[in-house]
Amino acid sequence: MSSFLLKKIISLIITLFVATGVIFILIEVVPGDPVAFMMGLSGSTEAADALRIELGLNVGPWARYVDWVWGMVNGNFGISYTYRVPVIELIRERALVSVPLTVYALFLSTAIAIPAGLISASRRGSLVDTSFMGVAQLGVAIPNFWFAILLVLFFSTTLKLFSASGFPGWDAGFLICLKALTLPAISLALPQAAILSRVMRSSALEVMNEDYIRTARAKGLNKNQALLRHGLRNAMIPVLTILGLQFSFLLAGGIIIESVFSLPGLGRLVFQSIVQRDLIVVKSIVTLLVFSVVFITFIVDLLYAAVDPRLREGN
Amino acid sequence: MTLLNIKNFSLAINDKNILHNINIKINAGQVVAIVGESGSGKSMISSAIINLLPQGAELSGEILLNNDNLLDKTEREMCLHRINDLGMIFQEPMTALNPLETIGAQIMEAIKLTKPKIGSKDLQKEAELILEAVEMKKSRFPLNTYPHKLSGGQRQRVVIAIALSQKPKLLIADEPTTALDVTTQAKIMKLLLKLVKDYGIGILLVSHDLAVVADVADHIVIMKNGKVVEQQNTITFFKSMKHSYSKQLFAAAKHKLFEKNVSVCSEIILEVQSLTKEYDLGNKKTLKAVNNVGFTLKRGENLGLVGESGCGKSTIARCILGLEKFGKGKIWIGGEPFYGQKELRHCINVVFQDPFGSFNPRHTVERLVAEPFYVLKKSLTNFEKRVKVAQILKLVGLSDEDLKKYPHEFSGGERQRIAIARALITEPDIILLDESTSALDVIIRNQILDLLKDLSIKLGISYLFISHDLTTVKNITNRVIVMKDGAIIEEGLTAEVYKNPKHEYTKSLIEASPDITRAIRRKEENNNENTL
Repeated sequence: MSSFLLKKIISLIITLFVATGVIFILIEVVPGDPVAFMMGLSGSTEAADALRIELGLNVGPWARYVDWVWGMVNGNFGISYTYRVPVIELIRERALVSVPLTVYALFLSTAIAIPAGLISASRRGSLVDTSFMGVAQLGVAIPNFWFAILLVLFFSTTLKLFSASGFPGWDAGFLICLKALTLPAISLALPQAAILSRVMRSSALEVMNEDYIRTARAKGLNKNQALLRHGLRNAMIPVLTILGLQFSFLLAGGIIIESVFSLPGLGRLVFQSIVQRDLIVVKSIVTLLVFSVVFITFIVDLLYAAVDPRLREGN
Repeated sequence: MTLLNIKNFSLAINDKNILHNINIKINAGQVVAIVGESGSGKSMISSAIINLLPQGAELSGEILLNNDNLLDKTEREMCLHRINDLGMIFQEPMTALNPLETIGAQIMEAIKLTKPKIGSKDLQKEAELILEAVEMKKSRFPLNTYPHKLSGGQRQRVVIAIALSQKPKLLIADEPTTALDVTTQAKIMKLLLKLVKDYGIGILLVSHDLAVVADVADHIVIMKNGKVVEQQNTITFFKSMKHSYSKQLFAAAKHKLFEKNVSVCSEIILEVQSLTKEYDLGNKKTLKAVNNVGFTLKRGENLGLVGESGCGKSTIARCILGLEKFGKGKIWIGGEPFYGQKELRHCINVVFQDPFGSFNPRHTVERLVAEPFYVLKKSLTNFEKRVKVAQILKLVGLSDEDLKKYPHEFSGGERQRIAIARALITEPDIILLDESTSALDVIIRNQILDLLKDLSIKLGISYLFISHDLTTVKNITNRVIVMKDGAIIEEGLTAEVYKNPKHEYTKSLIEASPDITRAIRRKEENNNENTL
């Protein structure tokens, strides 16, 4: 077990290191000079040079790369070119919206998808199965921003149960914030739940044909007991993979939904920073996202091992 | 007393008739064997008794358990019968256990179904007792062992333990030893027999091989195409079987020595010299899968390589095929050192065990058989290839019409013929047969063995025949090598080794392989003792 963990941690660190290199190079080759952008058309050369020195852009790329990585290791992500505040502050503020939103959406999607997938599998071909999978098809097909607008029209405009947009900030209280995040979370969760329930269903169907399910049935468990006690955990592996991917995707990919609901999330921050050539912010957020993807994959790997004793031994 | 009475039972699945008017009786303490080829419907009987049939099954007639018709039961009542009266063990022990749960948990779950109120200490104790009963020592196999730590035979014991822990009245064993080594098979059969005596349960044993059941069965039922063609008390059956199919099965279960005049050609076409292959197990431990093994194969000779699973025989096969790098040692093919290079690959080809798994299901037979052409130096035109493939197919008993078909359109035996055709296509000197007949029914197995014998005489090919079963090897080889724990322990002419085995292990292998003549003799002796 310890060697399994050690191997995973080493590969985690290497991946992150490679990722920072790739991000740095990509940002270097992106056209557009942040200094020119900040100075506007009327800036003098002297002022621009001064600004370059202030931003640490006057040294070579190698030194800048080392500076940047070393800064991040020490928790210093630099100062935003446009907002003139530490990048870490910006990110923290936005992450406080994006991370809870993602967790909320994933929670909803899992809570819907796993039971729906299991029920569909255990009643394959029944009316329940067909209608669940029909809804899932619809869920994949509907663009989620349009679904979000429908939700707003119905719950906010007509029923007046939820506010249509905005985020009050966590100081306003947990429940109020949760309520503000509910409609965005539902719109994010729908397509994910649709995908996840299909994966759950096919995985469960596959498992139901396994010999050990027949052994369980021969013991005297009924179909549903056999599926829940022996099938579920075996069927979870592909579901975990998809869940891990969805988390990473939602964390930054919520930009459209964030825009629909005017939420100050990470997705919108990246977008704004790119438009304003605030490259230090872009670099930092992208790095953090890569880190979260790699970290989630790491967690998923640990979960695999928790589910499957064969993986714990590291083969 | 009649425990199970199957009366005028018929079964159709999706309007296709599977079983016709079956009548079988099983008494408590009796072993009844159903013997037939795959597709005869024999497994459907066991699934029907326990009512785990595929969807779309239509049943008629009666299956009476203690005069209580199981076919009238609701699913809930059937669950109770599965818990209290019926136990089942299956063919494939490797997949019959949940890989994510310990063997203890899986046994205790079964016990708990029969005794919902049992305390956790008693539960554990009972699970340990039942494991002891199937000869799995607590010190070596604690309850928290996971299935992947166990061999096939050990897993089958756990499956038997699960079935027994519920103290069934009837145990249904569907090909319980087909997937196992002969030595393990013999042990499992012995265990089953002991259980009948100890617990007084009735056993329904389903098998394709008369030789396997002859020893243990009290009553034999022969099935073909969903019908019972003959059934008798075992001793009477072997004395006076009537149906031609029974006789065919009986003939298939008997084995004759293979006699091939190897025009003793001194040319050595394969030489393996002090081959050693180690696997790294982690924690600085290594496993010597093959330890300093050397042998030669002459042109036209058929050499057998025998041993239990894990003895290293398949590792040797993979090294010879260039599929695996070996540590120390050398391999020569046709006098040239072989280390996996393409130029020598056409000299040696292989037929694997699983005739279905070794084909890409989306390729036609023509494409499958023509595949090895790519190792040849000269390239052939499509027309030349097709002519060649058609010729080879004819040689293995298939026809031109099969060129355009896909693997799923063939039976297991036919598929193995295609595999042989694929191996023959490059006109190799050597064909490596890795358990090539183990997955086949006895009758089909004999047909394939006959084909192989024919080809070896006609084409002068050499075989390296790898198997766990000495009887099969006896059928087709001149010379045999017996392996244990990665090393050769005995070597000699097949007839000689079979008659006078020198090593204890070889003796136990011979003793373990199912031999119908011996089984009948033993059965009659037992019977005489009982009547005296």
